[in-house]
Amino acid sequence: MTSAADPLLQLRGLSVRYASAGREVRAVDHIDLDLAVHECLGVVGESGSGKTQLLLALLGLCSSAARLAGSIRYRGEELLGAPPARLQALRGRRIAMVFQEPMSALNPYLTVGTQLTEGARRHLQLGRRAARARAAELLATVQIDAPAERLRQHPHELSGGMRQRVMIAMALMCDPEILLLDEPTTALDVTVQAQVLELLHAVRARTGAAILFVTHDLGALASLADRVAVMYAGRLVEQASAPALYTSPRHPYTAGLLRSLPRLDLPVPARLPAIPGQPPDLAELGAGCAFAPRCPLVHDRCASSPPLRALPEARSVACHFEGTAAQIAGAWA
Amino acid sequence: MSAAAGTAPLLEVRDLRVRYGIGTRAASAQRTAAVDGVSFDVAAGESLGLVGESGSGKSSIARALLRLIPATGTVLFQGRDLLQLEGAALRATREHLQIVFQDPLGALDPRMNVAELVAEPLLEFRAASAGQHREQVTRMLGRVGIGSELLGRYPHQLSGGQAQRVGLARALILRPRLLICDEPVAALDVSIRSQIANLLRDLRDELGLSLLFIAHDLATVRFLCDRVLVIYRGQTMELAPRDALYGAPRHPYTRALLAANPVPDPARGAPRAPPPAAVLTAAVASGGCVFLDRCPLAVVRCTQQAPLLRGVEASLVSCHRASE
Repeated sequence: MTSAADPLLQLRGLSVRYASAGREVRAVDHIDLDLAVHECLGVVGESGSGKTQLLLALLGLCSSAARLAGSIRYRGEELLGAPPARLQALRGRRIAMVFQEPMSALNPYLTVGTQLTEGARRHLQLGRRAARARAAELLATVQIDAPAERLRQHPHELSGGMRQRVMIAMALMCDPEILLLDEPTTALDVTVQAQVLELLHAVRARTGAAILFVTHDLGALASLADRVAVMYAGRLVEQASAPALYTSPRHPYTAGLLRSLPRLDLPVPARLPAIPGQPPDLAELGAGCAFAPRCPLVHDRCASSPPLRALPEARSVACHFEGTAAQIAGAWA
Repeated sequence: MSAAAGTAPLLEVRDLRVRYGIGTRAASAQRTAAVDGVSFDVAAGESLGLVGESGSGKSSIARALLRLIPATGTVLFQGRDLLQLEGAALRATREHLQIVFQDPLGALDPRMNVAELVAEPLLEFRAASAGQHREQVTRMLGRVGIGSELLGRYPHQLSGGQAQRVGLARALILRPRLLICDEPVAALDVSIRSQIANLLRDLRDELGLSLLFIAHDLATVRFLCDRVLVIYRGQTMELAPRDALYGAPRHPYTRALLAANPVPDPARGAPRAPPPAAVLTAAVASGGCVFLDRCPLAVVRCTQQAPLLRGVEASLVSCHRASE
């Protein structure tokens, strides 16, 4: 049914909607996205962009109040509306997630060892001893010293960076094909962030797992992603290969985000470039482009929502402005 | 931006120490130094950056200056030792020393609306009529970019950036001389961080504020601060003017922090990570350098003798190998 060229994950018209105070909130709005075998796809967005809801939808973990539409195919198999038992068999086994806050994602009452081995015992029917051996081996892989000792510890006995590495080790327990990462570096020191990024590079090289890396930080993503998709107010606004996106962004929002990153490799600016205003309230979105109120290139035509347009080199952008990256950069300057 | 020669600094911190007790049983109740003999000055109108990883002691320094935790040493603020003040004298000083926290929502009382939140310090410290407050509050909120349409909103109805602006208005309404900022942009969206950093700099220049800016984000510190203090395990590793620190970092820890900063350019490769911190080693406990276990330059001497802070050109550095 599937061929090697088929994407591992294929999202088509995926929407996640909630009813909020009598109004419909579209947290995720008609997203088309593919994740290829071994690929690292970055999904970038800020608060309210829908990036976390997108991840939860992939795992069938959205709240029961959410209404999902569209299609989520894993190796050709439709996951949207699939029986809970099927999703449970995939979660942690084929598709594993690393959550943003290890402290709230780990159970404070259970030892690291119990939590690490739970998935492997269930999915792979490993015995206790075999599962613990695998857990110890993975803790060593994620550079945690004295792994056998750590297995007996509780989450509060570990540092923040160590907890994040435990989460990554846990996700790797069943050798998944897809790793979903929700802001895995956000709450960490730059030094620990660099360690986690190094670890993710090593995990990719070693396991060949495909990675979907959700973050608001284009800086942290730069070295790891093959491709980047940018979300704003629930929509996909730009998608391109990482080199193309970072060097010549074609959506004004992407360009604005990139220039507002403080840089150590450039001279100190007189003012930090910023995007004015703030992300929109999803309950109050109008018919037009959601970025228009903050956009330097806003025009009458932006009163209608721009469709995602295909550009050469497998890029796409949702913006009425059809000028060059240089013109977009000029509009921000 | 530094003070004119001859004038005393606004804040003079000497040999500040903060110790936390660990464990309750007598046998294990050893005391750990969170801040271990840190000294620095902040001149009027100056911005000092305070950087280091989690657990380095940077937030403990902020809390000690505000007398929120016990500390020893000397903290001269406008010539008076903050650590010795009590009662009304302490209260009077606090008016001039304010703080902005990392978690903007967590720092605001959820039961107060924006107008009440910003008026609260005035009611605490100044006897004035409600009418006078209203005008002052509206003006200050306008100055931080909060329009009057938000006056009646409660914290949960604000975005992160708006909440941080309200926090800033609350801190500045009493016109303090020194504003301590504890990671004020770390929890905000990238597009909002620069707005708040620009606003902080404008307000500092306009109001003649001094800033003690605590952050682990070296790029924002570089934009805002005149000098930078790098601390590790409660001790000063390097204290240097901005351009010296970023242009010619002297301490291997400073270099490690700088190298770990990601550059948004796929062609540049992954940021370089220093080795993770180990538990305090025996060598450190017996008087060696605190950075020993992570240092790529360590030699035998570093295991035997803790380096003293010494001048290397414009910088103060605590490293045996700094001038090699």
